[in-house]
This record gives sequence, C-alpha cells and structure tokens, in this order.
Amino acid sequence: MSDSQTDRTGPRTLFEKVWSEHIVREDAGAPAVLYVDLHLVHEVTSPQAFDGLRARGLKFRRTDRTVATMDHSTPTLPRRLAVVDPQAAAQLAKLKANCAEFGVTLYDLDSAEQGIVHVIGPELGVTQPGCTIVCGDSHTSTHGAFGALAFGIGTSEVEHVMATQCLLQSRPKTLEVRVDGKLPAGVGAKDIILAVIAKIGTGGATGHVIEYRGTAIEALGMEERMTVCNMSIEAGARAGMIAPDETTFEWLEGRRFAPKGDAWTAAVAKWKTLKTDPGAKFDASVSLDANTLAPMITYGTNPGMGIPVTGNLPAAGTGETASDRAALAKALDYMGLTAGAPIAGQRVDVVFIGSCTNSRMGDLRSAASVFKGRKVAPNVRVLVVPGSKAVKRQAEAEGLDVVFKDAGAEWRESGCSMCIAMNGDQLSPGQYAVSTSNRNFEGRQGRGGRTLLASPLTAAAAAVTGKVTDPRTLMGGAT
Amino acid sequence: MKIEAKDPFTTLAATFVVLPADNVDTDQIIPARFLKVTDKKGLGDSVFADWRRLPDGSVNTDFPLNRPDAKGAQILVAGQNFGCGSSREHAPWALVGWGLRAIIAPSFADIFKGNAMKNGLLPIAVDAAFHARILEARRADPAARIAVDLPAQTVALEGQPPVRFEIDPFAKECLVHGIDELGYLLERSADIDRYEAKHA
Ligand code: SF4
Repeated sequence: MSDSQTDRTGPRTLFEKVWSEHIVREDAGAPAVLYVDLHLVHEVTSPQAFDGLRARGLKFRRTDRTVATMDHSTPTLPRRLAVVDPQAAAQLAKLKANCAEFGVTLYDLDSAEQGIVHVIGPELGVTQPGCTIVCGDSHTSTHGAFGALAFGIGTSEVEHVMATQCLLQSRPKTLEVRVDGKLPAGVGAKDIILAVIAKIGTGGATGHVIEYRGTAIEALGMEERMTVCNMSIEAGARAGMIAPDETTFEWLEGRRFAPKGDAWTAAVAKWKTLKTDPGAKFDASVSLDANTLAPMITYGTNPGMGIPVTGNLPAAGTGETASDRAALAKALDYMGLTAGAPIAGQRVDVVFIGSCTNSRMGDLRSAASVFKGRKVAPNVRVLVVPGSKAVKRQAEAEGLDVVFKDAGAEWRESGCSMCIAMNGDQLSPGQYAVSTSNRNFEGRQGRGGRTLLASPLTAAAAAVTGKVTDPRTLMGGAT
Repeated sequence: MKIEAKDPFTTLAATFVVLPADNVDTDQIIPARFLKVTDKKGLGDSVFADWRRLPDGSVNTDFPLNRPDAKGAQILVAGQNFGCGSSREHAPWALVGWGLRAIIAPSFADIFKGNAMKNGLLPIAVDAAFHARILEARRADPAARIAVDLPAQTVALEGQPPVRFEIDPFAKECLVHGIDELGYLLERSADIDRYEAKHA
C-alpha cells in the first residue's frame, strides 16, 4: 500500500474523506464493509434481488434510504401508449409489486417525479455531497458531480444493500483528471469527457476513482458536471467525483429532500470540508488543456474511439499493438466508415437527444438553440427525450417543445429510450445515429445500428444538416 | 434466515473457446433486449446473441462458441478489458448459463469481475506471453485443455508447467469455500447497528 492509502492524518483526497467516513468495519484480509447512504433502484437490475430477499426470508434494512423509479424499459411515446412488450410490462409490474411489498418509495410511470434514475436523484435533492450512493447501474457515477462517492453495482450487491445497507468493497485507487483553461465557444462538458476517454482509453481508469479538477471543471454548472462524471465508467473508472462548491450548494438549496434551515447551514459547513487537501497524493494523474478542445464525436464501437468533429478517422493500420489494429479494423467495418476519411459530412439517419448523460435543461436549451428557426433535414428522424418529467415540464414551460416540434423532431416522454433500445425506440440495421448518450457499442441502440456519440449541440447540428457537422458553423442562430 | 452455501470452486480442467477481441462489453455478452427477464435462468441461449446469429437470424457457424469444437468447453479465453460497460449481472448469468466456469483474459472491467466471482465464474488475469501461448496451443490443437487450480492460484495448459495468477484473497476464500458474501455481511449486523447509531 502506498503512503497515500495508509496515512489517514496527512493531507487527504476528496475520495479518501468520503471513503473513510463510511467504513463500518475493516478487517485484515477482507474488503471494507462500506455503508451506503442512498440506494437507487430501477426495474431491470432489481427483480432477482427482491426475489433473493424473499427466498432467504430477509428483511429490507433501510427502505428510508432507498428510492425506486422506472426508466429503462418504459415507453416514451406521447401519452405512454400501452407497454407493448409483455415481458417489459411484467418487469414494470414486478417492480411495483416489490416496492409495495417491502415498503420502498417508487416514482412510477404515473408519478410526477418519474425519470431516469440518475436525473431524478439530484433533482429531488436525495443526491448530496459526501454521501455514498449505489445503484444497479453503471452510470451511478453521475452523482459524483456533487462530491458523492457513487458507483454502479451488480444485482447480487443490490441484494446485499437491501439486506444490510452495506457493501464489501476493496479500496480503489485514485486518479486525478485535471482540466485547466477556458473552453472555447461551442465546446462543452460532453466534449471534455469524450476527450478524456479518447486520451486514456476505455480501460484507462480501471480500478480507480477519478477526481475531476482544474479551472475548466470548476467553471462548469451542475448539469455539466453530471455529464462529465456520468461517463467515468466509459473510462473504466469505479466512480468520478468533483468537489462540492458554491455552484453545488446553490443548485441543491431548496430541493425537496435537501436539508432545510439550520440543518442546511450545518450541512453546507460540513460539505465545504469535502475538498482534496493541498499536498494530497493521487495514485495517478492526467491533464487536459481546455483551451485546445474542439467538439468531439466518436467513430467506432467503444467510447474511447473519439476525435474532434473537424478531424479525420485514424489511418488504416493505426494502433500500438496488433490487437489495437484489429480492433480498429473491426470497428470501422461494423461502422461502415473509411479509415483516414474526415468524419464531418458523414450521413446521419437518426439523432437522439437524451439519456442520463445529456437530457437535462441545459442540454435541451443548447439543442434548441440550433433547432430554432431551422428544420430537421429530410430523411432524418430526431427524438428528443427529456430525462425526467420535471425536465419535461420545465422545457414545456420555456417553449422548447414547440421549438423541437416546429423543427420536425419528436418530443417524447421521459426515460432511457434509445440510449439502451429496450422500449421500442431503436435503430434499424445499418442506420447512423448521432446520439447524446454514452455508449456506442455494437447494437447498443438497436441491432446493426451505428452510433456516433456527441454533445447535444453537435447532435442538433447533425439533425438540421443531415450529416456530421461542426456545430460552431451554425451558432449565432438561423440564417 | 437461511444463507445457502454455493458450489465451491477448487480445480477445473476443460477445453476452451477463444474470443480474442479486446473491450468486449456486456452489451455484446447479453444484449439489452434480453434484460427484461425477472429471474436469472435461461440466459445461456442468448449469450453473445448478436454475434452467434447472422442478421438474417441464421446461426453464424464461424462464431467461436458455435463451432463444433466449442462443445463442452468450460473456459473462455478473451481479450483485454473483458466485460466493460454496463453493470448488468445478466452477463455472468448468461456466460454461466452457457456452461462457462472461468474466463482468462489480460484484464477485466471492475464491475464485471466482481459480478462474475459472485456467480462462481472465475476471472483469471494472465500476462501477454501466457495469453499468446494459450492462443497458439488452441491453434495447434482444438482439443487442448487448460487446468486451473484456484487454491494454488495456478493456471496451466495441460501437460505444461503452471503459471501463477493473482486474485483478491477474500474473493478466493469465498469461491473456494462457496461462501456467500451476503452471509458475511449479515454476520456484521452489530457493527452496522453501531455505525448507524453513531451517524443517525
Ligand atoms: S439513460 Fe442509458 S445509460 Fe443512462 S441509465 Fe438509462 S440506459 Fe443506462
């Protein structure tokens, strides 16, 4: 073990502070017993865990620390037309019955709070600085934007948390990702994280918790910080964190489950201590210059295969090892793209604006700024899917739905939708999609579908031009 | 309460299949459309569904798991960062459902690795040289076998000297003795009570 891991009195990182606060017990030769402050639950990864509790006759330890919603297999068609897939319907019914039986709060399809689990946690104020948060979902890393230690777990662990409110966890290492400087216009949080993953690779942060730091990170709003932390898992990280500051407190104050009155004052005082101390050591560190970033887009079948939208695909045979070269060839074959060719101008069939990465108000406003006064290109289908019902209401209050619909885009109900293609929203084989989601794996958005990941701005630019386009050429309104 | 012991994992000797691609993600191991199940069973038929079948629905006879010599294989030899992406435990359920007991790769994604071990599926990280030797042995003889000895932490091409692999000692204990982590956690209830009282 390195000094940074054993020396609990010296300068500590944000991660170390939150981690050590939550150790229930630590025995030699065994992982730590880590306490979980908040457990988020959704329909896909929970039924087998509830069954496990029942089969073993176990009690649900802390329903008051558990929040459930439906998001993955829910329809996003207007007015929630029937769940056509009987298996999905059964899964939703099962979550409802399980939550009723065990007494877990559920924001189901009919509730005003429903939405993607990683969108509603922060919205409701249950996501708070310094907390440990888990969910049977790898994008739980999103909540790290608040200075929480938040990570995805498997269904066995979902059951562990239900029964004990604890998890057995070996201590991860720490990785500092520094982004300093000022982002150019038209470049945002999604471009930062795509650039980070392109730099370190999809396994680059395996075994580590990332802390994003630096002036460019501090300048981000909360929604943008969530976008960055969201995709930590795409770099292989266990979690991603950003130290809480005035931006965080301002965003949280007054939210439904945020502390109130004196409790709020006390909480903020405590949260202010959640910073990496000067001199604290990370196990590894990488840095990026925000000034030089451009809008990013992926061309391949993992999120590390990203380039600036103004760039060219790697030349044939690029790659350090034989297996890198094979991976590139296989990815380009699946994507139907040519090595060395520019990515700009690539034909687009579908544009998806949504997912826990980019479905919040800022994302929708930024996409709408491109759609305003323009039309979706012929033969392009555009889905705009708000992350939660609250986002949907706010967007409609601001008239964004009208902007999208006038342009020719579909304005949907909240949910995961085409991010995971479980609910009928999916690509056909061979189609190209520019998507604001987080995964471009083969078939992720429908079998044979080809996904290019990008920011809401870049996605909207593709929607109105019908091809991959540098969004900066469309900024400043329709001409 | 009743915590059932799982099948212990000690030694294994079996033929193997090779899927050398890097960064095989859990969406490939089990595509999302199969996640609508509410139990753990029956996913073996859908493992690598989109690679095992061609777009027209016919069987892709070229895919390693579909070849006749894959029959009875209990070990998968994969590329680096195997199991990246989604945290779905359906991935190990599907691999185990197909008949696999161990995966050998240069590296694994974190969540997948934890999920696998909780389901009696042993992830074995090996160095590039040994990985290359395995691939070579399989090319020379599709009936080549690999022997795993978990208590000794060794893996070998049958008939050749074993090499050591690393595994978290606690995870090893759980696998070798068929211990369920939940039982271990439940035994710490008094500590959890104390923690909650202090942090209420
Ligand atoms: S939006 Fe996509 S990545 Fe996010 S929770 Fe839903 S399926 Fe997972």
